Amino acid sequence: MATLTMVEAINLALRQEMEKDPRVLLLGEDVGKNGGVFRVTQDLFDIFGEERVIDTPLSESAIVGAAIGMAIYGLRPVAEIQFEGFAYAAMEQLVNHAGRIRTRSRGRYHCPIVVRLPYGGGIRAPEHHSDSNEAYFVHTPGIKVVVPSTPYEAKGLLIAAIRDPDPVIFMEPKKVYRSLREEVPDEEYLIPLGQSRIVMEGTDITLITWGAMLQPTLQAAALMEKRGINPEIIDLRTLSPLDMQTVIESVEKTHKAVVVHEAPASCGVGAEVIARINEKALVHLEAPVARVTGFDTVMPLPKLEKYYLPNAERVAEAVDRVLNF
Amino acid sequence: MPEKTIESFSVHWLQVLDEYGTCDEELRPLLDDANIKKLFEWMILARTFDNKAFKLQREGRLGTYASILGQEAAQVGSAFALKPSDWMFPAFREPGASFVRGLPLRMILQYWAGDQRGSLIPEGINDFPITIPVATQVPIGVGAAMAAKLKGEPIAVMVYMGDGATSKGDFHEGLNFAGVFSAPVVFLCQNNQWAISVPLKRQTAAKTLAQKAIAYGFPGLQVDGNDVFAVYRATNEALTRAREGKGPTLIECVTYRLGDHTTADDASRYRNREEVEQWKKKDPIERLRMYMEKTGLWNKTYDQEVRSQAKDKVEEAVRETENMSPPDPRDMFHFMFHELTAELREQMEGFLEGNGRQT
Repeated sequence: MATLTMVEAINLALRQEMEKDPRVLLLGEDVGKNGGVFRVTQDLFDIFGEERVIDTPLSESAIVGAAIGMAIYGLRPVAEIQFEGFAYAAMEQLVNHAGRIRTRSRGRYHCPIVVRLPYGGGIRAPEHHSDSNEAYFVHTPGIKVVVPSTPYEAKGLLIAAIRDPDPVIFMEPKKVYRSLREEVPDEEYLIPLGQSRIVMEGTDITLITWGAMLQPTLQAAALMEKRGINPEIIDLRTLSPLDMQTVIESVEKTHKAVVVHEAPASCGVGAEVIARINEKALVHLEAPVARVTGFDTVMPLPKLEKYYLPNAERVAEAVDRVLNF
Repeated sequence: MPEKTIESFSVHWLQVLDEYGTCDEELRPLLDDANIKKLFEWMILARTFDNKAFKLQREGRLGTYASILGQEAAQVGSAFALKPSDWMFPAFREPGASFVRGLPLRMILQYWAGDQRGSLIPEGINDFPITIPVATQVPIGVGAAMAAKLKGEPIAVMVYMGDGATSKGDFHEGLNFAGVFSAPVVFLCQNNQWAISVPLKRQTAAKTLAQKAIAYGFPGLQVDGNDVFAVYRATNEALTRAREGKGPTLIECVTYRLGDHTTADDASRYRNREEVEQWKKKDPIERLRMYMEKTGLWNKTYDQEVRSQAKDKVEEAVRETENMSPPDPRDMFHFMFHELTAELREQMEGFLEGNGRQT
């Protein structure tokens, strides 16, 4: 078993799926010869050729629109949008077509596309390159939203996303792309969409997070453990559909919860998680569920991003607030 | 260093049948008498349907409807050139084309009556459902054409749009993709002069819409969109080029929306009657009729027969539509994903236990 970064794990998943299924192809800006600006598609152009690793014009709406057309024609396109901040140009295709065509055609057509979307801050990227915009997609009916948190997770979830018969937005945390290595099996494996996982078992408080925020949440847990507090950490993995059962069972055990995400607070996915906890487990709660999130501000340029991004200290403070309620 | 011309372009105009029914025999497409009659019959059916749909809306039996009055040649002439194996991506003003493709008349009524089952394209018809968000079908059609090319299938894709669509980003992104990837696609623009209340001169400062193709590296031509022979000829040639791997074409059909934008619109607020009257003289059906009369393909008995058959088909479609069982509200949930998700199941069950318990 090799020790891989998330970039390498995603590359491996793409290569193996392309070898296995001739319908799978990649399209996007710079994904071909250049191997993608993050090198996620490195070597795939040489292995599979320009017909299956397609360098497109700089044209986000057409990248997603063409992927939808290819999917309707029987292919399994994996589109890359270079940075999440450029996905807004493709929103109309996602909302009006990708998420709707199964229902509009009453099942005659469906849309098995994956849109890969590097997202989030913490890598000192230029303006418009650091948003955490999952809530727009989660709010869109008919689209699944997956956010892997580690290399192992990324490979298994991406394979499941490619094989899924419905459109999947696959949001890759740029901060984790190369900052973390772990053992990733060479053979294929699937992590089913719609199932969250318990990363760390505990009894005192439930910490719910996903994607890049898992690492600061784990660091916060280490701080708490020194003080004798045992948190349970849940990685949601898939934000749509949202697996609440794991969360509810955990909250019934710990009676306290904190949601951690990078995106702005208002109408963030944390708000949805808390609403559902309230619907299902309010009587088990001993304190209001807290949120640790980005601010309702524009994502700042790199000199201020460390103040914007939730970190271990902010998570630990929120845990204290909840425990001392 | 002197300046020099490094590239120059021209945009061609095609008319075969003028408004008096006079035909340029050299340009007349290779259509036998039976097929010429079919063009006439499809156009009569499209108009009969359109009149009926308009009346149904006024009687409160149909929701909003977008009339095709005056655009029958652009729709029938173009769709007639498609093969069943080709694919077609309509906008929302192409029932005339959809009928030629084999779509049951009932489905268009059902769709505009507010029943999503009207956009379930029957198996065997390679058409996309009606697309309302303007120009968004363009990149999707291009993607389907790219897929056909990648799979080595010698088919063509036809994407319909109106003049308003040429102002949208998706039109330009889609045409650019088609040019770059030499996709087997024909863009059929029905330039009916009006996008609701906005006239063509507010959509573009360009002399033609056809010339927009030039910027994307493939041919664009303008045809008399009320001349069914010209539309068929141009489309047939473009589709053949596409199927032979010679890339995309943009065809601008110059036509006119004789009716309002939709039944929710009142065109008298923004355009004058004289303009409409001038275009009525260029009626696409009348000019083919005159040609057919001259060539012995038309007489009054035939005309009555065609109109009465069209009326019967339309009445039958209305009966079918109005006799349909209402849609099952559970379908709202069932068609969102391949498998119902846990949260959708919960919402559906909540609905069925609550105000949906009668279903």
